Amino acid sequence: MSETRTAPPDVVPSVGVAREVPWRAALRWESGLVVVLVATLIFAGTQSSEFFTQSTMFYVGLNMGEIAIMALPLALIVMTGEIDLSVASMLGLSGTIMGYLFSNGWNVYLAMAVALLAGAVGGALNGVLITGLGLPSIAVTIGTLTLFRGLAEVILGNSTVGGYPASLTKIGVTPIQGTQLSYSVVIFVGLAVVCAIVLHATPLGRAIFAIGLQSEAAHFAGIRVGRIKFWLYVVSGAVCALAGILFTLKNASARYDAGTGLELNVVAIVLLGGVSIFGGRGSVVGVVLSVVIVGSLQQALTQMQVDAQVQNIVLGGLLLVSVIVPNGAEAARRIRARTRRRVPA
Amino acid sequence: MVQLRTMAVLATALTVGLTAACSSTTKKAGDTGSPTATGVKKGLTVYFIPKDTQNPYEVIADEGGKTALSELGGKVVVSSGTADTAAAQIPSIQAAIQAHADAIVIAGNDPASLCPSLGQAYAAGIKIVSFDSDVTCPNHLFINQANTKQIGTSEVDLLAKQIGSAGDIAILSAAATATNQNAWIGFMKQQLQKYPNMHLVKTVYGNDDPATSLTVLQGLLSAYPNLKGIISPTTVGISTAAQYLSTHKDIAKKVTLTGLGLPSQMKPYIHDGTVKAFELWNPNNLGYLAGYAAASLVSGSASLTPGTKFKAGKLGEYTVLPADAATGPSVVLGPPTVFDSSNVDQFNF
Repeated sequence: MSETRTAPPDVVPSVGVAREVPWRAALRWESGLVVVLVATLIFAGTQSSEFFTQSTMFYVGLNMGEIAIMALPLALIVMTGEIDLSVASMLGLSGTIMGYLFSNGWNVYLAMAVALLAGAVGGALNGVLITGLGLPSIAVTIGTLTLFRGLAEVILGNSTVGGYPASLTKIGVTPIQGTQLSYSVVIFVGLAVVCAIVLHATPLGRAIFAIGLQSEAAHFAGIRVGRIKFWLYVVSGAVCALAGILFTLKNASARYDAGTGLELNVVAIVLLGGVSIFGGRGSVVGVVLSVVIVGSLQQALTQMQVDAQVQNIVLGGLLLVSVIVPNGAEAARRIRARTRRRVPA
Repeated sequence: MVQLRTMAVLATALTVGLTAACSSTTKKAGDTGSPTATGVKKGLTVYFIPKDTQNPYEVIADEGGKTALSELGGKVVVSSGTADTAAAQIPSIQAAIQAHADAIVIAGNDPASLCPSLGQAYAAGIKIVSFDSDVTCPNHLFINQANTKQIGTSEVDLLAKQIGSAGDIAILSAAATATNQNAWIGFMKQQLQKYPNMHLVKTVYGNDDPATSLTVLQGLLSAYPNLKGIISPTTVGISTAAQYLSTHKDIAKKVTLTGLGLPSQMKPYIHDGTVKAFELWNPNNLGYLAGYAAASLVSGSASLTPGTKFKAGKLGEYTVLPADAATGPSVVLGPPTVFDSSNVDQFNF
């Protein structure tokens, strides 16, 4: 595979389009999210007497932290038009590896480092299969979703590994001193800032949008499509492994089935955040807003003693709306454009 | 720059939202009133946190808890997720803390993962009672549905009686991590040593989900065509298997099914001959006892000290048993009941 650099990305017109149009559309979507957020907070504050208390903020952060962290690299991957469904299984595998090594007498920090490395390797496996062999990412990551979970089950079986130093497991019980922020939320905010800078202020970010809009055009514009996607999967694997470590410490225990099914929550956060499932559009601010909305809504509904089934309906509905509203118009436009192209001139 | 201004608006909105969320805690006045005749306070709020909100067995147990608390002049809030995971139960524990509940009665989806959250609840002055599936945390009372060993051994005995103590058998369990099922299976294996001609060929896990249970059951039946018996120590597993066998009479003729089932779900299969006998304790009584235990702990009329006695309404008096290797302080509901065609219609749970 030879990638010939024909021109620097900035001078290619299609990339210029990628920068302008979706940016404005994304802002409109985010304004909508702000309205939804305000509505959610008003709803929560009026319906639940316990919502506007200090512990709510900590609990929302505690419950959403790992999901939110995993949503960031996934958002970038979805912006390139791909998907990673193995995120929650990687979370489980990472915690499992960490727990297994720790139970065999390893230093806990060394065990964490190996878990992170395993995350990067797992992500690289996804990346190689998708960019090297050109397989569809949805199929590959459904495969690794099962594979990673299976590996975790083989490693730990039925056992639970606990006994981590209390100085580490306190992240699941107490907020950062002097605040109501959970440790995972602070890490999320830090990563979000990095992602936002990379995505919205660097050539790499512009390349990610360009790939999502028109992969081939981006390729001919000299963007190393395969390489960028590959490294996004590696980053995703490592970040999900980090989430796995946090998840393990939060629960003070490692199990092979940790975080089962969370991939759907992560995808939901990304889509509600306004990242187009077709790629090429989205922003980090949208993802952050989406995390706050979903977290607050879930907490409020639980406080209001709303049945879990009804909560699922509310969140599912929210997700559907978030996919239909922006993408319905876009899909219609694409179909129209395609039919027009087929008509001979 | 339009973008910048919009970003500023976003940032402001976010800050306002978060600041609002930070505002100070509103303390609710303690609403625990004077003790009643039985020494239990009135107006108690007890959070029942089942494994999930759909499991019919747990729904019945929660009903028992509601009956207990209404007898005591308190109330029960049932709160949990739809998936059998610890992560889905944690928000309910948080809600109980925030609502200043008096006690939590929980069926743990995981023995250890809930402990940090339950520890927080305990630190907030909430009494912790576990039932159905125990947790490994300190400072709680476990309501044991029946002696763990008794359940494991009696299920093997029940099957042995029906298949003449010979042949290949399998176990259709709930989740591979379920504390109670695994403990019973351990005793089943021990009891099987008394039956040299019965061989446990495989344990499969249906995750207490009908679809998964059916899939693993079909896999089991095709992998072991000579299977003589199946023990399913979970109400979801046994009812799914019974339904499958009742529509596949050729298989039902060869395979004997038993385990832990709900009379209401199993009635049709007892009557059509698919299942001859199964067993269970009364989950309504289990929840009822858990409710009384929680209220008694809050009122100080019961404690975690072994030998402490407390009254549990219609069920009479119970004694707190000392901790052993497997569990902390506990109370045992009683021996399981065997249901067959002679008595299944008498029970409506």
